[in-house]
Amino acid sequence: MRAFDYIRAGSCKDALAEAETPGTAFIAGGTNLLDLMKHEVMTPARLVDISRLDLRGITLTDAGLRVGALVSNSDLAADPLVRRHWPLLSRALLAGASGQLRNKATTGGNLLQRTRCYYFYDTAMPCNKREPGSGCAAIGGFNRIHAILGASEACIATHPSDMAVALRALSAEVELLAPGGGRRQVPLAAFYRLPGDTPHVETVLEPGEMIAAVLLPPAEGGRQIYRKVRDRASYAFALVSVAACLRMEQGRIAAAALAFGGLAHMPWRSADVEGTLIGEVPSAALFDRAADLLLAEAKGQGDNDFKIPLARRTLAAVLAEATAEDTEGDRA
Amino acid sequence: MTREMTHDGPDADHRLDGMAQGVLGRGEPRPEGALKVTGRAVYTGDQQAPGMVHGALVRATITRGRVTTLNSATVLEMPGVLAVIDDPRLVRFSGQGATTKPPKADAAGVVYHGQPIALVVAETLEQARHAALRLTVDYAEEPGAVTGPEDPAAEVELPQKKQSETGAPDAALEAADTVIDRIYRTASMSSAPMEPHASLAEWQGGKLVLHSTLQMLASAQGQVAAALGIEPEDIRILAPHVGGGFGSKLGISPETVAAAIAAQQMRRPVSVVCTRPQSMETTSRRSETLQRIQMGADDEGRLTMIGHEALVSNLPGQKFSEPVQQATHFTYEAAHRRVVHRVARVHRLVAASVRAPGEAVGATAFECAMDELADKLGLCPVALRLRNIPKVEPGTGRPFSSHKLAEALTEGARRFGWEHRHASPRARREGEWWIGMGMSSLVRVNTVMEAKARVSLSLDGTALVETDMTDIGTGSYAILSQIAAEMLGLPMGSVETVLGDTDLPASSGSGGSFGAASTGSAVYLACLELRSRLAEAMGCPEPELTLKDGHAIHDNRKVPLSTLMGGAAMQAEGHLIPGEAEDKARQATWGAAFAEVGVNAITGEIRVRRMLGTFAIGRVLNAQTARSQALGGMIWGIGMALTEELVHDARDGHIVNRDLAEYHVPVNADVPALEVHFLEERDDWAPMQAKGIGELGICGAGAAIVNAVHNACGVRVRSLPMTVDKVLAGLVEAEADQG
Ligand SMILES: Cc1cc2nc3c(=O)[nH]c(=O)nc-3n(C[C@H](O)[C@H](O)[C@H](O)COP(=O)(O)OP(=O)(O)OC[C@H]3O[C@@H](n4cnc5c(N)ncnc54)[C@H](O)[C@@H]3O)c2cc1C
Ligand code: SF4
Repeated sequence: MRAFDYIRAGSCKDALAEAETPGTAFIAGGTNLLDLMKHEVMTPARLVDISRLDLRGITLTDAGLRVGALVSNSDLAADPLVRRHWPLLSRALLAGASGQLRNKATTGGNLLQRTRCYYFYDTAMPCNKREPGSGCAAIGGFNRIHAILGASEACIATHPSDMAVALRALSAEVELLAPGGGRRQVPLAAFYRLPGDTPHVETVLEPGEMIAAVLLPPAEGGRQIYRKVRDRASYAFALVSVAACLRMEQGRIAAAALAFGGLAHMPWRSADVEGTLIGEVPSAALFDRAADLLLAEAKGQGDNDFKIPLARRTLAAVLAEATAEDTEGDRA
Repeated sequence: MTREMTHDGPDADHRLDGMAQGVLGRGEPRPEGALKVTGRAVYTGDQQAPGMVHGALVRATITRGRVTTLNSATVLEMPGVLAVIDDPRLVRFSGQGATTKPPKADAAGVVYHGQPIALVVAETLEQARHAALRLTVDYAEEPGAVTGPEDPAAEVELPQKKQSETGAPDAALEAADTVIDRIYRTASMSSAPMEPHASLAEWQGGKLVLHSTLQMLASAQGQVAAALGIEPEDIRILAPHVGGGFGSKLGISPETVAAAIAAQQMRRPVSVVCTRPQSMETTSRRSETLQRIQMGADDEGRLTMIGHEALVSNLPGQKFSEPVQQATHFTYEAAHRRVVHRVARVHRLVAASVRAPGEAVGATAFECAMDELADKLGLCPVALRLRNIPKVEPGTGRPFSSHKLAEALTEGARRFGWEHRHASPRARREGEWWIGMGMSSLVRVNTVMEAKARVSLSLDGTALVETDMTDIGTGSYAILSQIAAEMLGLPMGSVETVLGDTDLPASSGSGGSFGAASTGSAVYLACLELRSRLAEAMGCPEPELTLKDGHAIHDNRKVPLSTLMGGAAMQAEGHLIPGEAEDKARQATWGAAFAEVGVNAITGEIRVRRMLGTFAIGRVLNAQTARSQALGGMIWGIGMALTEELVHDARDGHIVNRDLAEYHVPVNADVPALEVHFLEERDDWAPMQAKGIGELGICGAGAAIVNAVHNACGVRVRSLPMTVDKVLAGLVEAEADQG
């Protein structure tokens, strides 16, 4: 591990001021950053510990729910408001990591966790994300967990978060604080970036910017489902996941928001897929059409080819469940 | 005084059944358990020594070639860095078990990607690891690296001793009513013990004191001596607590030798603790296997022909090859048989023993093939197995020491509710899930190893058991104490066991399921000697002496032990020597595994719903630790069937998934209710009538799951682990077939 300076921030203002020095990283739960530092995948010279800042609140406002960046994944999943109105979020959180990790992991940190690409973690391997310009070992290597959508020739990594997939379906926004005192709000849709030729730039965060909160618009009602397909029953990242918020009216799909994990460099959402569903009577053929639209541009890398049929089937199953007549509302 | 026993034949005396204390066999908790769960048990990586510095291994980033230059100058300028060690004695990978031959030295000669090539020493662990990562290395690469056993460029050897043929297998197969001819694959696997490999070395006046994560201390002492060029007597190894080994700690590891050399050079204690990736890529692995299984059977399901060909791999020049067919020779009857064993020379991490080398993969594949045969014959899989149990060992005609397979199968089937299984697949569905049942036989060769132990009886009524045996989480402390307590008539609390120190009598060590029976027998023998002396003092024949609760009892006399000892403490050694017994009878442990699984019809995800194992292992020494071993074995079966695969990059052979986030061992959520049932048994051919239990659970358990998956959804996956992608492909294919 590279030696680093450790600064414990007493306030958001302090933290932001400290972060102006280049080479500084925030540390929240540390469940991702510390691993990466031990392997020297990330080597910040300075750590600003924000874990004691007062960003732990979960508050209901007219605009929806405001979740402080330091709310732990466990607390967020257990929050009664979240469980009642945004059960999708609770389920996605509980589908991730393990109890111990969720106790430590924070909302902001979860959004910014880095890919689990094996080659990213191995400093002996070329990786454009870790070392721009060095190449991508996953292409032509073992790429079972890699992207089938939105990948580039520079990087085929996926974003590993479950929570972010749920937030994407829930149309969440991220509140950012800038070192100069600025505050801006970015929809999650615009927060993440596709790899392109700069896979090391993963979000629109400016240097020194800090996530202060995640904002959820009021819940839409209808059914919410999070389905995660993984290699073992727990403690494994999604091969494919689907987050769905779907509302039926008189036998037709009135509203549909669908986000996908495990497929791309960021939680994936497609207006075409949703558009094709809305106003329609659910049927296997309709779900198939939705899957066709979702996967029209999908490209396997060899080991991950199976994600294409897997995503298709999982989507169909989620839609069938979300539109089934026999059950009403949310299901536990 | 030493009581020796050469194990030449059966022993029908069953002395332990005549003892009075009643602690043996009982589910005694581990005496060191509280230390472990409260963090007070000191493992090697936690050991400290005054003035200690830290070493970190440096990793080769080529597959084959030679280190030409270590550019040490740059890292030597880094804060805290003390030395870069590239001693020619550094070893390339871990050693094998039960041998004093050390692993191959000359670490500068690179034979696999990830091989340790040097050690950086620094004041702190972080400094050492940082410098090790930053050290740049120049290599002279050699062409011709072979990264997988099925690479056509791989040199393939057929070790003569491992080939065999009886009768006319080809003709028999030709003539058979029903034939199976299938290829199965199992993945490269990691032992993945929880405790990373670690060593702390310190030289004390020309003597090396080594704390090290090792399973077998006496042979490791020999390996260290040979690796360093010093005498075994000048080395003391300490390993009182070992956090799992599963084969990867049978021999010494690169960090063991590196720590010793560094400590000598630095004249300071040096600790080298592997990172998780190093623990997985610099030690040893289980070879992947490709197995072709052929079977011919008559109309009644009697096997006429058994063919088992295997392709395994190891580094060039390595003698060990995964003994895939070890149990194939004697598990089922068939007049015509053939075993072909091929070893491909590859540039991957060395292959060595991992929990149940041989049967873990061999019996698993074979039991999958048996299921396919039963299917083809339209026969119940349990019935097929019952029909093919040999009376004597096929080929040699030796008797079986004991044979409980039939009982394991029928008792297991009864307890599991096997009669509720639907004979054909896709018969039971719950929502999205296909439900099915599968089973397999379990079989594992049994062996004993030379072992010594010392037992001392004090006047205060306590006993001390001492041996260099290790406790790798298995329960050695408990079991050895129980044997002494039973034999000497003492409550458990009056017996202390001290382990893991080469200054103590040399034991079998822990490995190959032989630890408890072998070293336990040495304790038993030492106690027999003490009993003889006590009997003499009591004036009665030893077999008539009853020892209970610290008293000697004979006729109507009851005398406290201390009185009988006449004011002097007593001490005796026991020494078990393997003899002809192993040649005279085929010794094995037997069992059966049953599994019920759900297969998600949409995603191909598999969830084991319940599992049951029956086990015949001779005398059960401790019901609790035996059960834990059986559970662990079955869980390894789940891992082998569903999740565990050490992935080697096809381009350079390096291990891609070098941590526990991506090398998937089953987690609690993957492990359903497991039921373990021991069959009451005494095996006369085993000393103490007790056999091994550490490995039997794995030896076929995975097949019960594979077979259950087929029974559930009709998909046969012949390449383990059965990950979602493979099952899904089968589901998609089956749907296409059905239109
Ligand atoms: C073995 C394992 C399995 C896991 N499995 C899953 C899984 O199945 N699903 C899943 O979704 N996740 C999984 N996780 C990941 C886990 O969810 C993340 O590690 C965690 O959410 C990160 O949160 P943290 O607070 O610990 O982040 P940290 O490690 O503290 O930080 C992560 C990154 O975010 C930055 N950061 C943190 N907070 C802020 C902020 N407020 N503003 C700006 N930057 C910030 C840090 O600088 C750092 O770059 C797993 C992790 C492990 C180790
Ligand atoms: S996929 Fe991306 S993260 Fe993985 S090796 Fe390629 S560039 Fe690096």
